[in-house]
Amino acid sequence: MNRDYLRLARIEGPLVVLSGVENVGYGEILQLTDGQGGIRKGKVIKLDGNVVVAQVFEGTSGLCTIETTARFTGKPFEIRLSKHILGRTFNGLGEPIDGGGAVFPKGLYNINGRAINPIVRKYPRHFVQTGISTIDTLATLIRGQKLPIFSGNGLPHNQIAAQIARQAKIAGDENTPFAIVFAAIGVKHDYAAFFRKAFEETDANAHVVMFQNLANDSIVERISAPRCALTAAEFLAFEEGYHVLVIMSDLTSYCEALREISSAREEIPSRKGYPGYLYSDLASLYERAGMIRGKEGSITFLPILTMPNDDISHPIPDLTGYITEGQIVLSRSLSNAGIYPPIDPLPSLSRLMKDGIGEGFTTVDHPDVANQLFALYSKVQSVRGLALIIGESDLSEIDRSYMVFGRAFEAQFVHQEYDENRTIEESLELAWALMRLVPKTELTRMSSALIEMHY
Amino acid sequence: MINNSARIIMVNGPVVKATPMDAFQMREMVTVGPKKLVGEVVKLEGLEGTIQVYEETEGLRIDDGVVGSGKPLSVKLGPGLLGNIFDGIERPLNKMHSNDQGYIDEGVGLISIDLACLWSVRFLVKVGDRVKAGEVFAEVIETELIVHRLMIPSAVEGVVKRVLDDGDYPLSTIGVVVDLAADEAQAREVELALYQEWPIRVPRAVKERHLLTKPLLTGQRVLDTFFPLAKGGTAAIPGGFGTGKTITQHQLAKWSDADVIVYIGCGERGNEMTEVLDEFPKLIDPKSNKPLMARTILIANTSNMPVAAREASIYTGITIAEYYRDMGYHVAVMADSTSRWAEALREISGRLEEMPAEEGYPAYLASRLAEFYERAGLVTTRANSEASVTIIGAVSPAGGDFSEPVTENTQRFVNAFLALDKDLAYARHYPSINWLTSYSGYKKSLEDWYTEHVNDDFSSLRTEMLNILHEEHHLSDIVQLVGEDVLPDNQRLILEISRVLKEGFLQQNAFHSQDAYVPILKQYEMLNLMRYLWQRGSEAIQRGIPISLVRATELYDQIIKMKYTIPNDNLEGIGRLKEQVDAYYNALLEKYN
Repeated sequence: MNRDYLRLARIEGPLVVLSGVENVGYGEILQLTDGQGGIRKGKVIKLDGNVVVAQVFEGTSGLCTIETTARFTGKPFEIRLSKHILGRTFNGLGEPIDGGGAVFPKGLYNINGRAINPIVRKYPRHFVQTGISTIDTLATLIRGQKLPIFSGNGLPHNQIAAQIARQAKIAGDENTPFAIVFAAIGVKHDYAAFFRKAFEETDANAHVVMFQNLANDSIVERISAPRCALTAAEFLAFEEGYHVLVIMSDLTSYCEALREISSAREEIPSRKGYPGYLYSDLASLYERAGMIRGKEGSITFLPILTMPNDDISHPIPDLTGYITEGQIVLSRSLSNAGIYPPIDPLPSLSRLMKDGIGEGFTTVDHPDVANQLFALYSKVQSVRGLALIIGESDLSEIDRSYMVFGRAFEAQFVHQEYDENRTIEESLELAWALMRLVPKTELTRMSSALIEMHY
Repeated sequence: MINNSARIIMVNGPVVKATPMDAFQMREMVTVGPKKLVGEVVKLEGLEGTIQVYEETEGLRIDDGVVGSGKPLSVKLGPGLLGNIFDGIERPLNKMHSNDQGYIDEGVGLISIDLACLWSVRFLVKVGDRVKAGEVFAEVIETELIVHRLMIPSAVEGVVKRVLDDGDYPLSTIGVVVDLAADEAQAREVELALYQEWPIRVPRAVKERHLLTKPLLTGQRVLDTFFPLAKGGTAAIPGGFGTGKTITQHQLAKWSDADVIVYIGCGERGNEMTEVLDEFPKLIDPKSNKPLMARTILIANTSNMPVAAREASIYTGITIAEYYRDMGYHVAVMADSTSRWAEALREISGRLEEMPAEEGYPAYLASRLAEFYERAGLVTTRANSEASVTIIGAVSPAGGDFSEPVTENTQRFVNAFLALDKDLAYARHYPSINWLTSYSGYKKSLEDWYTEHVNDDFSSLRTEMLNILHEEHHLSDIVQLVGEDVLPDNQRLILEISRVLKEGFLQQNAFHSQDAYVPILKQYEMLNLMRYLWQRGSEAIQRGIPISLVRATELYDQIIKMKYTIPNDNLEGIGRLKEQVDAYYNALLEKYN
């Protein structure tokens, strides 16, 4: 039996406090009805005797302590899911906002999900061709991987994500269906519109599910938006057998919302005011990517985050990098030089790459080529430093060849068009052509047999 | 025994308060709520007690019950640990998902090693024998590699009164009955099952601790040669993300010459544990030719599993390691990563509303780290055999900056510091252990071992080559400013030799059949040859021969690639390379004389 409570003890930022409450579960959802009859949703985040603290997803503005009634539902936060969510748009609470009516559910799903048991995980090994040379060759995306894009304000991360969504062969040649789940977290209207249009251009436009929490929406809803999206992705992947690509933008807004709520709860802050549990909280999102033994589907996860002040050691990219399986880092200087996609090869990394490339996956020479390109390009950086001081003409002949290589590498290999889709073979061929710009003796990361064959 | 019980009065994430708890013990293991979630008492104040819960607390209500177990958080120790994977409080992961969904369920209760599984037991004591704590009373062949020795538990000393015949028994069987008071008229009997329990936060007793005089050989050149680890020692591997901490830890778990490996995946990625589970059974130990999984125990508490159990996982791991040490084995513990453990401490401390010290970490961070690392050591066990626990902890400093509390405090309590370097990792120089900032405090105490087992000039060779690398570091600053060409030839030779050392010796390919693991003798021969190359080159430079000729590209190249071309089990090729070095420089000197 559900009892109504007629009065709020306190309202504090996004939180409401009720007293004299009985028989409520931790994490339970409550419904708040305000004076005008509007209904809002809240979640219990602390129980202390008969005092309940709850956060309100729609925000507390307009709420009044005396005219609000609260009813506890006795249930955790669940959303209604079925295959018919494909093609639909939802808000951060998982409610349809496209005017298409409610989803007839196959079931109710708790948005917090549960940890996948490591022993039933399937280790990701399947190469995904994105058609972008730097990613395919140097930081290979693997199906079931979580690979964030570390970007900065004003860099073309959204175009890159859209290009990947359009070109990536997540599903491969199999008959498994493919779906994109997109969560807009605290982004501007035009960003959301851009993605909607970009997805419409892909051949899979019917297979997109969008969860939208725009920059002016409630910050508590911002906490639930990625969870709703991932719950939908888990449903599609592990119950309906889809290969799902989850794109989220922008995780920085998510973390800021978390910080705002944490400070409203008067928690002890750690670095830069972010709560001490930021790592665990981010992990509870990122770790939901992956594959499960005996299940057809997979969740490949591309979160996008903008590094405040382009600082990769800021807590958000830092903690993300510790959880995700690599990162794609965008560089402002490459972008300023007119290079698209401005992916900086050196700090970009795919941890799962080693088991998904080479013989049987891509080509035999791929690992060595990647290694060699890293070594060469890292040398280019130090030669450039030297050239700045003594001038390029005073460099030794070998160092000059590095300068030539560096420019060609950025202009031809890193740079490509928004609609240019290169196969891995094309990318590697291009890499070999560029490596011929430096003398054979500089290719120290390769076996002589490989050099003989390709140089 | 009647278990104490109490009722919940507060729920805040993994922290729960209940009353009345005055009869509970500090650190007592309890079950919480109708799902019987596992928790531990962390604070007692008057009637109120605070409990940290090791499982998701969603759905708990005020007035739900809390039931005590009467004992501190403990693990069961017995056959069945090796080759298995457990969560942070030693629950086998393969029993933690009841349905086919593959997600971890809460409320599975306090399961542990399988007490019903039959093991073939051979008893080593007979009726009338006098036994005391730590002595072995029976043996079980646990895996192809490890004989599991069942020991008399602590505080038991007396005369064997009954003993079973050898045979197949489940672990819950009473194998031996000991009379504690054989000399007195009134017998006091203790029944010993085939497993024992131990509280995870209490170190297990040993007879004596020793100085560390034996290396833990890892087959990794930069470690064994330049920064050796000792059996019973402690080491920290700090590094920002992407610098290869986990790969280094995996390499150590695979190739170090310990008898038993306990790998604690503490707050890290789920796929990394899956990788170990996939890969280790296929890998063959170079010494015994048996699968590596037969000597490995995995503790997995991935980053998305409940945070309180992450805090406990480190202690669970080290307790299991000590248990195998007591059997007389050399055990190595890899903890990846201790920073996540420290963060779990911080998170729980915050929820307990304790006063924070640096960066929100509790003030007791340093003492907890010290307690943990002090559980390592080379010891004589109570059964008089030599054994050890080595701890290698990865540290994930925020922003890759080593001046944060966890790295700084860890540095105080470990003797080997293997600093991973972002620049090296960006250049894909792996393992990216920086030779300028790393150190090992074991060089001195291991010197005798190296002199005896490798070569008497080993430590002078090491110092000489490390000096070249240091010199190169200074020179490279100048090169950055003015270019290489203006340096005198003898300094340019240092740059060249350093390149050979870096590419041919320090870099090691974890995925190459010959290079993944390199025996110490080959390491020595390789480095010795590089020194010889340096000596012959210096000699030629002194005679006024220009660097362009002294740097023999082809020859250098062969020496850099000898790690791949010369097989680990046949070092003759190194002698032939040395002859080539001689031939080249003899001809050069001849020509210029």
